[in-house]
Amino acid sequence: MNIDSIKNGIVIDHITAGRGMKIYQLLNLDALDCSVAIIKNGHSEKMGKKDIIKIDADIELNMDILGYVDPDVTINIIRDGKLVEKRRATLPQKLTGVLFCKNPRCITTTEQELPHIFSLTDPDARVYRCIYCETKADKD
Amino acid sequence: MRSLIDIKELTPAEIDELIATAYDIIANPAKYAEVCHGKKLATLFFEPSTRTRLSFEAAMYELGGNVLSVSSAGSSSASKGESVADTAKVVSCYADIIAMRHPKEGAPLVASMNASIPVINAGDGGHNHPTQTLADLLTIHREKGRLSDLTVGFCGDLKFGRTVHSLITALARYTGIKIVLISPDELKLPSYIKKDVMQKQGIEYVQTEDLMAVLPELDILYMTRVQKERFFNEEDYLRLKDSYILTPDKLKVAKPDLAILHPLPRVNEIAVSIDEDPRACYFKQVLNGKYMRMALIMKLLEVHA
Repeated sequence: MNIDSIKNGIVIDHITAGRGMKIYQLLNLDALDCSVAIIKNGHSEKMGKKDIIKIDADIELNMDILGYVDPDVTINIIRDGKLVEKRRATLPQKLTGVLFCKNPRCITTTEQELPHIFSLTDPDARVYRCIYCETKADKD
Repeated sequence: MRSLIDIKELTPAEIDELIATAYDIIANPAKYAEVCHGKKLATLFFEPSTRTRLSFEAAMYELGGNVLSVSSAGSSSASKGESVADTAKVVSCYADIIAMRHPKEGAPLVASMNASIPVINAGDGGHNHPTQTLADLLTIHREKGRLSDLTVGFCGDLKFGRTVHSLITALARYTGIKIVLISPDELKLPSYIKKDVMQKQGIEYVQTEDLMAVLPELDILYMTRVQKERFFNEEDYLRLKDSYILTPDKLKVAKPDLAILHPLPRVNEIAVSIDEDPRACYFKQVLNGKYMRMALIMKLLEVHA
């Protein structure tokens, strides 16, 4: 399968197979005007299978979302058809507006305008807790 | 400017400092009678709690300060739909420090993020109640002379008891602490506290349903109420309810210097006849709560005797 190469844009590579769509949704890539390609279950020497997202525009990516969904992804920045920068995502310390607290006793349930903020409490187990009520975020 | 939302925000050194101030207040109350002169504490209690509010108010009056009080959500702007953030901003214009109790978990944190004055969490739903923990710690210190090298039993509802979770979190930072968890299976301590607090700090702990089997080894017994509505079936409740009622008979096997604590209110889990026993410390705990709140108010307002 061929996807046109990018002149100026971003390739999110080494996405764990199956997580490409989630990243697409959380980054709101459907709102972009430019071409966006999701490759599912592409071949990878290292991972066996992987997902890849190609974005044909130089946009600002929310690295926290990438780090939360899949901290092992690689972000390749392409300019004039050449790879000019490789970035790695890391597990973010705080996530705002990405996860939503489901504890009915949490203040966020009655005060709708409050930002839903989660902080990383256990990096090894990748546990995030609501900063208000400390409820653990559901694993996807 | 600092607030106190969760007991974990205080280092053991800061807790020691608050305990030292509390001892000095007990020894020399006159020295502290005017330290908060001209300062105002706003008690914003959005759910009923007579005692905690009275304790905060008594603490402020004994420091020579004044109190502005909102005693229920119904009599405040919250009933008109005002947000916690706005309430905190408004009250910041009138008072110097806020003590807030709220039924929603995290409300005092929201207040502290928006207020320009210190906020003390006076209980947010079933979540945190750090000044109760300060009262518990001072009580243990006054009874035992230390916060380390103690075997501490927690009995009753360990699942929903916020005071239990906070005290375990605070004690886990001291050396030589052994925790004994005594509860029915339905009301066991949540696993994240075992994992995130006790195992992380290397705290030795045992779990049992049998109070009598472990009572002889305890230095501290922290009793809590076992509520019928927490059980899934009545049969289990009936089978277990008496196991967690402390009576003079049961106390015969306990150490002569055991300290019995209870965050109160008590229903029937400690027989009234135990009140006369020198090991009963739960009313002393109430008084200690006032001293620790005095020490905390001073610390957050940065005033000194």
